[in-house]
Amino acid sequence: MIETTYREALGLALRHAMMEDPTVVIIGEEVGAYGGAYGVTKGLLQEFGKERVIDSPISEAGFVGAAVGAAMSGLRPVAELMYVDFSGIAMDQIANQAAKIRYMFGGQMGVPMVLRTQGGTGRSAAAQHSQSLEGWFLQVPGLRVALPGTVSDAYHLLRASLRQADPVVFIEHKALYVQKGKLDPTQADANWGRAVVRRPGGHVTVVTYSRMLTYALAAAENVAGHGVEAEVIDLRTLNPLDWETVSGSVTKTGRAIVVTEACLTGGPAAEISARIQEECFDFLEEPIVRIAGEDVPIPVAPALEARSVPTVALITEIIRKLVR
Amino acid sequence: MRPTKEQSLEVYRRMRRIRTFEERVGELFVRQQTAGSMLHLSIAEEAAAVGVTYPMREGDSFTTHHRGHGIFLARGADPKRMMAEIAGKADGYCRGKGGSMHIADRTLGHLGANAIVGGGIPAVVGAGLSYKVLAKPNVSIAFFGDGAMQQGVLYESMNLAALWRLPVVFVCVNNQWGMGTRIDRAAANTQFHERARTFGLEGHVVDGADVFAVIDIAERLVQGARDGRAAYLSVECYRYYGHARMDKSPYRTPEEEAEGRKQDPIQRAITRLREKDGATTGEFEAIDAAIAQEMDEAVEFAINAAPPPVTDLFRDVYDDHEPAPEPLRKRLERILTTNLTATN
Ligand SMILES: Cc1ncc(C[n+]2csc(CCOP(=O)(O)OP(=O)(O)O)c2C)c(N)n1
Repeated sequence: MIETTYREALGLALRHAMMEDPTVVIIGEEVGAYGGAYGVTKGLLQEFGKERVIDSPISEAGFVGAAVGAAMSGLRPVAELMYVDFSGIAMDQIANQAAKIRYMFGGQMGVPMVLRTQGGTGRSAAAQHSQSLEGWFLQVPGLRVALPGTVSDAYHLLRASLRQADPVVFIEHKALYVQKGKLDPTQADANWGRAVVRRPGGHVTVVTYSRMLTYALAAAENVAGHGVEAEVIDLRTLNPLDWETVSGSVTKTGRAIVVTEACLTGGPAAEISARIQEECFDFLEEPIVRIAGEDVPIPVAPALEARSVPTVALITEIIRKLVR
Repeated sequence: MRPTKEQSLEVYRRMRRIRTFEERVGELFVRQQTAGSMLHLSIAEEAAAVGVTYPMREGDSFTTHHRGHGIFLARGADPKRMMAEIAGKADGYCRGKGGSMHIADRTLGHLGANAIVGGGIPAVVGAGLSYKVLAKPNVSIAFFGDGAMQQGVLYESMNLAALWRLPVVFVCVNNQWGMGTRIDRAAANTQFHERARTFGLEGHVVDGADVFAVIDIAERLVQGARDGRAAYLSVECYRYYGHARMDKSPYRTPEEEAEGRKQDPIQRAITRLREKDGATTGEFEAIDAAIAQEMDEAVEFAINAAPPPVTDLFRDVYDDHEPAPEPLRKRLERILTTNLTATN
């Protein structure tokens, strides 16, 4: 067990994967000499050399597409998109190429690659550098989508992503890089594709992932003082989605809140709550409530930015209103 | 261009305004008054900004990359409103929504600064197309860094501009670096103007330390563009400091930096003004003092300006005449007051 940060845990996962598997290569902008825009790949160029840690020019469509081809040809690439917002440029390669190759070509070949990227608010990085776009990828069958919300998952989910047969979009959160936590590299909190109950409780189920996990846990702590027990579920991956854990909890509590930083309309919270409604209808005591990002682009002004996504205070308030 | 002394002093003044503005942005940052730390300063790129915009006229338009403060100042921006935008304040050019990387002003032809490398380039093709269709005598100019030279969208845009004979100029402010990547690590052939020529554009390269040389070539290319000959220009300069405020450029050598920092367009202009026009220290000092005061006032204005009201979060997502998105809190309150079964 070590005490480390989300950032360092990610770096360690890459390092261990590269030590274990010589076909793992990293391709992206500023991943080498610069050490990654958020410092995740620091030291890897020195350790593994420029054949395996490959700096790309600013050509997202090109290098993401190259990673797809490399994955079809014997490598296991980790392509790094500096910001998830830049996936717009690479989207054809992700959604029309990587996601469809196995199916379209009758299962002849897969695309075992990881697209590492990061999103979210918290740094006043403005409209084109702060989005939560996991819903885009969720809409594309063939893509796996993972979003680590803890230090342990930063390591283990990335390691597990690097063992998948299919392309994984791995979305980190920029506000979590400095988060500290415990990591046991030999023991994951759960297997790939399984959600984890981060806090047990009998009154209401709060389903979330990524940074909103931290917010939901803080809110659960707040309401505990008022005698309300919230069960907080960390989905960890949106595809695959672990229904057993979610429905097991909701059938017990009868109440569900879904919290995402991604904006409301057509987003992951819509999908998750629709499934809860379909699968747990008889058990629901109250409507399923979505607490999601506002349906707006992210503004630069810090006070507005903070209001564009759910706050701990709001989650606390809604839990209390729902459980009375 | 054979500028008069007055014209030369004016060119100097424009460049000094940019330099001082950027220095004050740094100060604003140290005083923790900027919205975030994504501040990209255009120090030593003043000749690109002042030189290329020199032949631009009212009605012309442009887009910039993330390092665009100087270009907009050269086109007549009010430093107070720019500074306020960088501070994320309501009096800023974009009501504090955009910040340093997203300043725009339609009345001055600024179609927007962009934080997506290459993202603002095709818009000038569209602007040029509209001038052609509407028979306006205007040009549209895209400013971008050398990093954008490796983005596919630039080449689609160049081809469209040449094919449709549009009044468009593509300007690469080539400061040699994109974050920690020098151009020779981003491209096998760094003669970027040659790429433009293969598309049928006029393609040129100019010394970005020599503002008068930039003006000369810009006048020619902008006039050509007005006549339907799209063009490309590389303005060669050097990124003096880190990529953004926090970056200390550990990936490049002090020797290289020292060499690069010899390419100061302002020093070059001062030397020329002294030698050719007999400009005196007093003349420079008078200009500098007035600018220093203007920029000090801009900083104070930004610091004292009010942040945008919370209700602005929902404003401008759509047209003002359309309903704004419903705020989360309002929606939740509505749902919880009407739908909760436990309260029945
Ligand atoms: C599409 C896209 N990819 C990557 C980035 C991250 N990024 C921001 S600026 C930059 C370097 C840009 O270099 P250049 O175009 O030369 O402009 P400079 O910063 O040197 O002025 C990078 C990689 C981005 N903002 N957009």
